[in-house]
Amino acid sequence: MPSKSRLHVPKTPARPGEAPNFSYLELSPAGAVQRPEAGARVRDIPALADELVRVLDDKHQAVGPWNPRLDPAELQIALRHMLVTRVFDDRMQRIQRSGKISFYMRSFGEEAVSVAMAMALRPGDMLFPSYRNQGLHVVRGRPIVDLMCQLLSNTRDMCKGRQLPVMYHWREGRIFSISGNLATQFPQAVGWAMAAAIKGQDDVAVSWLGEGSSAEADFHHALLFASVYKAPVILNVVNNQWAISTFQGHAGGERRSFAARGPGYGIAGVRVDGNDFLAVHAVTQWAAERARTGHGPTLIEHVTYRAAAHSTSDDPARYRPKEDYQDWPLGDPIERLKGHLIALGEWSEERHQALTAELEAHVVASWKEAVSHGTLTEPPRLDPHLMFEDVFKEMPPHLQKQAAEMRSELERG
Amino acid sequence: MAQRNMIHALNSAMDIMLGRDPSVVVLGEDVGYFGGVFRCTEGLQRKYGEHRVLDTPISEGGIIAAAIGMAVNGLRPVAEIQFADYIYPGYDQIVSELARLRYRSAGEFFAPVTVRTPSGGGIRGGQTHSQSPEALFAHVAGLKVVMPSNPYDAKGLLIASIEDDDPVIFFEPKRIYNGPFDGEPDKPAVPWSAHPKGEVPDGHYTVPIGKAEIVRSGNDLTIVTYGTMVHVSEATARKLGLDAEIIDVRTMVPLDTDTICSSVARTGRCVIVHEATRFAGFGAELSATIQEECFWNLQAPIVRVAGWDTPYPHAFEWEYFPGQARVAKALKTVMEAA
Repeated sequence: MPSKSRLHVPKTPARPGEAPNFSYLELSPAGAVQRPEAGARVRDIPALADELVRVLDDKHQAVGPWNPRLDPAELQIALRHMLVTRVFDDRMQRIQRSGKISFYMRSFGEEAVSVAMAMALRPGDMLFPSYRNQGLHVVRGRPIVDLMCQLLSNTRDMCKGRQLPVMYHWREGRIFSISGNLATQFPQAVGWAMAAAIKGQDDVAVSWLGEGSSAEADFHHALLFASVYKAPVILNVVNNQWAISTFQGHAGGERRSFAARGPGYGIAGVRVDGNDFLAVHAVTQWAAERARTGHGPTLIEHVTYRAAAHSTSDDPARYRPKEDYQDWPLGDPIERLKGHLIALGEWSEERHQALTAELEAHVVASWKEAVSHGTLTEPPRLDPHLMFEDVFKEMPPHLQKQAAEMRSELERG
Repeated sequence: MAQRNMIHALNSAMDIMLGRDPSVVVLGEDVGYFGGVFRCTEGLQRKYGEHRVLDTPISEGGIIAAAIGMAVNGLRPVAEIQFADYIYPGYDQIVSELARLRYRSAGEFFAPVTVRTPSGGGIRGGQTHSQSPEALFAHVAGLKVVMPSNPYDAKGLLIASIEDDDPVIFFEPKRIYNGPFDGEPDKPAVPWSAHPKGEVPDGHYTVPIGKAEIVRSGNDLTIVTYGTMVHVSEATARKLGLDAEIIDVRTMVPLDTDTICSSVARTGRCVIVHEATRFAGFGAELSATIQEECFWNLQAPIVRVAGWDTPYPHAFEWEYFPGQARVAKALKTVMEAA
């Protein structure tokens, strides 16, 4: 009787004290994956969901049909955007440790996902981010002092003190409000895209979530609606391998790629090297063209690695090998783009150091300005009355009464 | 006997039940190898294996639904939802399925699932890590709803919940995981080791579901409260020098109406205190029940103290939280009424 069932528990490749192990990772050589027409039928391009689109090879050359052939000046801007994101993240992490902000989440190792995509999209495209997409704000030109004011819940906080740090929004920059609950934005992006199609606009909607969050039902709602209505939307699974302590096998990544869920729903699926700026840029352009020409949605899986903790509330040394990131087979997105620019003769270590120093000074100066608008604990402080505003468009009587009660409570001390 | 904080007490309850009953399983996000983001399940997977303590996908609907299926097949699942604020993707499975399975199948099927979830504010968690949604579950016919206020009760109530053949939604006030909190955030934290209810027996015991506890006897008025607010209420009454009778509800469903109403009938005055939003909060049920049972004994209108009817704000945590000032005002109002 060999058929006795036995509960399968996905294996985690390496835990603390063990050597990093990335033997599970299916890689394609740079330049090896075919680039179909953007209007290709889903059933004709199933391989895109299993292979790995890569452009930058080990010698820092851009190779193959997905090479977006970007101008070196644009690549230098990309490097700057990624680097400022990282410098900002590092500084905010340290500031959280000092107690000035209550919480933080870095995007260390995943900078190319946000930066390359935002650069490949149009300003009119609507972005529905997760909490590790700060690079979107950077590319769209939001001053980092504005982000810092949100982190501080101070008098210039765009959320008026109501949200945890990093839960930004920016209506003018077409970046949606971050919920804090997982995956909720994914089907909302599809609805936005459906509205764009109803109204005859050629803007697309773009959303991101982690591979861990793809376990939520909202992920499946998004794929179903996107497929049924052929919505002009780009749905991104940022597979950074870890959901806090839980390896991606527990989200269903053990036997098949996350991108492969697309074709199951009748949606184009593309698996891309998320640490390869050029590959992410090229795949985004392809998906955006597909959406804008009426060929519907694309599900992109970005294979990357969460190089830092999930947030300032966890210590990854408790659940994975400390040396993991230095052994990650796809390298670091900033180092790889930098290497490419140097190989092109368009960059140097000296320029890189100078840029890093410039950006660090910029972040320090921005922080100085941000704290001048107050902190969680130091004046000037937001008026607590703001707590009662925006619950509804007009404040109903019971909230007016409670607001008055709060005022007298504060006056009595 | 050992000094335990609430986390260790809960861990001990699950440890004992996993050891005693092979049908008990624990499942949830990060509960296995990592031991839970609040460390309530620390060491349990190592001790009982990956088939008894399961790391799950991030899918609250899936966690609850799978727990129901496991329970129908004879297991006794203890599901952790990482924060009560994340429970809503599982709400349909809880309300439409878990709560009604026994009823709709005329008792042929039932699902003894315990859903543990940290709730409440006071930890700078903003609107997605601070909610107190107990009323949303107390309103659903077929769910037992529990919230302990100290380590002793946490362990005894959790064991009772796991052993119960009905579904239990078990709220853990996370602000008091490590020590009682009297509502004053600037004071140094107090550990449970300094509190009599931090004394927790090592072995198996239960605290019965459906029984409130008089945590302080008194004659001036009755304070009906639960969770973190038990401690805020005690501190406030002490400061005002009131001889308050303080009742820790402990179980919202089924509600111990007898203990609550016989106290209010005797004192004639009542303040209800909870952290959750006021409008249609569980305090409304308490107030209505007490009014129905004790109307002719009341010497003053019942007053409710609660969180404001807004989402839980990050920056204004202490202006939002119903601290000692708000409780004191209510106590004075009720005492000064003719």
